[in-house]
Amino acid sequence: MLTVRDLHKSYAGPQGPVAVLNGVDMELREGETLALTGESGSGKSTLLHLVAGLDRADRGQIIVAGTPLLSLSDAGRAAVRRRDVGLVFQQFNLIPSLTVADNLAFQARIGGRHDPAWQEELIARLGLDGLLGRYPEQLSGGQQQRVAIGRALAMRPSLLLADEPTGNLDEATGDAVMDLALDLVARTGCAFLMVTHSTRLADRLHRHLHLSGGRLR
Amino acid sequence: MRPVGWTLMTLLSHWRRHPIQAVTLVVGLALATALWSGVQALNQEARRSYADATGLLAGPQTPTLMRPDGQPFSQDLYVALRRAGWQVSPILDGPLDIRGRRVRLIGVDPVTLAGMSSGPAAGAESAYARPFLTPPWRTLAAPETLEELGLEIGGTPALDNGRTLPPVATLADLPPGTLMVDIGVAQRLLGAEGLVSRLLVGPRAPLGRPSLQEVVGDRLKMTQPEPETDVARLTDSFHLNLTAFGLLSFAVGLFIVHSAIGLAFEQRRPAMRTMRAAGVSLRTLTAALLLELLSLALAAGLIGMVLGYAVAAALLPDVAATLRGLYGATVSGELTLSGRWWLSGMAMTLAGAGIAAAGSLMKLRRLPVLDPARPQAWLAAWTRHQPRRLVLALALFAAAALLLIFGRGLLSGFAVIGGVLLGGALALPVILSHVLEAGERMATSPLAKWMWADSRQQLSGLSLALMALLLALAANIGVGSMVGGFRLTFTDWLDERLAADVYVRADTPGQAMAIEAFLARRPEVTAVLPGQSAQSRLAGLPVGVEGFTADPMYRTTWHLFSGGAEAWDEVRTGHAALVNEQLANRLHLRPGDTILLPTPAGDWRLTVAGTYADYGNPLGELRVDLGAFRARWPGVARTDYALRLPPEDTPALITALRREFGLAEGQVMDQSSIKTLSRRIFERTFTVTAALNTLTLGVAGVALLMSLLTLATLRLPQVAPLWAMGVMRRRLALMDLAKTLALAALTAVLAIPLGVMIAWCLVAVVNVQAFGWRLPLHLFPLQWLQLFVLAIITALLASILPATALWRRPPAELVKVFSDER
Repeated sequence: MLTVRDLHKSYAGPQGPVAVLNGVDMELREGETLALTGESGSGKSTLLHLVAGLDRADRGQIIVAGTPLLSLSDAGRAAVRRRDVGLVFQQFNLIPSLTVADNLAFQARIGGRHDPAWQEELIARLGLDGLLGRYPEQLSGGQQQRVAIGRALAMRPSLLLADEPTGNLDEATGDAVMDLALDLVARTGCAFLMVTHSTRLADRLHRHLHLSGGRLR
Repeated sequence: MRPVGWTLMTLLSHWRRHPIQAVTLVVGLALATALWSGVQALNQEARRSYADATGLLAGPQTPTLMRPDGQPFSQDLYVALRRAGWQVSPILDGPLDIRGRRVRLIGVDPVTLAGMSSGPAAGAESAYARPFLTPPWRTLAAPETLEELGLEIGGTPALDNGRTLPPVATLADLPPGTLMVDIGVAQRLLGAEGLVSRLLVGPRAPLGRPSLQEVVGDRLKMTQPEPETDVARLTDSFHLNLTAFGLLSFAVGLFIVHSAIGLAFEQRRPAMRTMRAAGVSLRTLTAALLLELLSLALAAGLIGMVLGYAVAAALLPDVAATLRGLYGATVSGELTLSGRWWLSGMAMTLAGAGIAAAGSLMKLRRLPVLDPARPQAWLAAWTRHQPRRLVLALALFAAAALLLIFGRGLLSGFAVIGGVLLGGALALPVILSHVLEAGERMATSPLAKWMWADSRQQLSGLSLALMALLLALAANIGVGSMVGGFRLTFTDWLDERLAADVYVRADTPGQAMAIEAFLARRPEVTAVLPGQSAQSRLAGLPVGVEGFTADPMYRTTWHLFSGGAEAWDEVRTGHAALVNEQLANRLHLRPGDTILLPTPAGDWRLTVAGTYADYGNPLGELRVDLGAFRARWPGVARTDYALRLPPEDTPALITALRREFGLAEGQVMDQSSIKTLSRRIFERTFTVTAALNTLTLGVAGVALLMSLLTLATLRLPQVAPLWAMGVMRRRLALMDLAKTLALAALTAVLAIPLGVMIAWCLVAVVNVQAFGWRLPLHLFPLQWLQLFVLAIITALLASILPATALWRRPPAELVKVFSDER
């Protein structure tokens, strides 16, 4: 579902380019879950953003659901995200002007993959029944993150990417959200790549890779 | 629905959640459109009236034959031309007073006009041919003219000179203030038997037709139609003035729109990032934003156009009165709105929205998907760009100064004002920031220090509204000083110019002779100063020629701009003329220069003896010795007199003249009545400008209110900590109120020097270019004080609602500021 080959990425620094990723290779199959850990600044989020097509790599190869990303334009990469990639961020990133119901359906709708029955199931599984008419600012952090997970899964992505999804939540709420996420990932059969600081959470996934010095170990 | 549709729906949901912002945007754009389109409706209506008047007889593209000096000529020339095979039709027109109102009477010959007319006069030979041509004849007028003059269909109203009009009928297409009759009737009514004003030349030219020279020699010359009429050219400056003020109001409105769009963009930046992450391409997002802007602009534009119609309808009577009083141009009292007006108004709205949103759309192109959420970024950017704005302000001031030195024309004058206004507006936040910084340094109590610092922080959010307020206040001060200065100068000038005690105008030369004889028998009349006038043309423009007696009275009361006391003696020689300021400016004339004036007796070589002020007259004018005038214009009737007599004898003489000769009220007037009338015309002249200025100030007030309401929520993180530390909400609200008032007061103070600069530009540059006269600059500190108070009241009204909202804000909302889960 996801193939990453010899991926390089550097950023401009005051003393010249700073290499963040230095030849990353990675493979993730359908239904497989993978945790990516590493120190702050090790390039975990950068790798996630490259895989999502939010940023461009210097060189290498990224193939998502059979589509090589690096040769695609902005519009092409956006199309891949609409079709195949679900994203969950630490900051939830819900759209403040939309209700919970509309936030949940947003990506599925723009991807032309809105399935009311599946959305109903997600709402039930995520426990969002009573919150559908509310706006994000009227929700707690745990509730917002559940909506964000629901939004990412509503379009039945091939690949779910999560960047510190429980980083803003307390441990109990984080665990609950994680349980739901893993349950739904298993239900949809998508591949799941999660960036986290927590080895405890990482241990709950099928595989665990550590990023250090721009390479995976 | 396609991705762009969902993206658009998502973008639009922002306005549902922020209705005040939506109202700000729509109100700002609607007001901007309203003032602009209102002014355009006025201009369009006036121009339509001019065009109607031009195309009245045979369409606007018909050549005419006239005497070189423009005077009426014998109809024998017409007969000679017809016999020679020329397709010509005679016209006689002239002024006529009816029920105290002056109208234009046009006499036509429907028979010869047939076949060459495409104008409204064609109606005369079709629908009305028989009654129009045969006794008791017929008078045609537009329905609104009948209404204005209080005439009834079929009636035969009496004229002020005692004659009666043929039965009245309506012809809808005639321009306002115009009556049309058969040419024979017109000759009788105007006392011009056997005369015609001009001949319209038809397109038919039979082979072997003799040339014009062969038939009439130099007595008539062919005038080809000009793209613009004299009235249209003369009133151009007035319409440009209106357009400039409309544009100013539009710009002030755009400040609101820019502010609302900029804020909305920054608030939606995180949402846009999320949309991009969810798969919305940059192209789709841009398209959705453009569609959103288009739909909002269309809604606001439609509201604005309706409001614009209301503005135009409210101002039209004053505009019509101004054009009649100042230029003698008649404008219809009813608005006729064309499709072009709607289209151009909507196009202006869309262009305005585009300009206001251009910055945000450009930012969108550069918006990185991974840009962190920065809801305050917009405010921070304002502060960051301050030095750049100061440089731009200085560049604008420099450009204005260069234009002042090297620029020519009215547009250049307005560009100077635009540069000064925009430069001042851009410099405002920088100046205010420094003043507030100084205040912060001087403050001793921690709360006062916070207040100054917070004002500075708030400045970034209020800058655009304060800039709009500055523009409106400066324009008000500038225009107020110009009008006030004009009023003072005009009053002095009237005293100077209207030195005689009574002014009389006879109907006919015969009556004039009788009046002269009557006056000779009145011992109280110490001087009878006859005056005669004619029209001529200089440098392609009409000029008035006034024959007068250079009485010693004028030497003492009449102040000449240039030319000394000897100027009066030079005029008496018959070889010199006094020229008014506007003519001197247009033709760059100075004392000693010579001009060749076309007259019926050939070109008249005149030396410029001096120049004089002639406020309110759009035409160039020359004053020449009466005796020499009569020699050049022997056919012009002597009907006007200025009389000198002791003031206490004035009422009795006026009563006697009216009783003896049946003179109407407008034909014999004392000095004070004329002055009162002139002042009334003067005051109406600036009613429209004053109204536009007040509306602009209102728009600025709305801008301030909307900015404060928008900032109220954004500022909670600044206010909540103080509340948490024990400062009461009531005190915080009062401090907020005080801050806004202080900012408005500072803006008003800074508007004063800017307004004085505008006033100077108006009197020294724009007026000279627009009207031809220059006024001394007068300053009115009391008016500044009034505007200062008005600015404070505007700010108070704008800030009272947000302050009350803060006062009454539930603690639960303030607590949210400290919550991570917010």
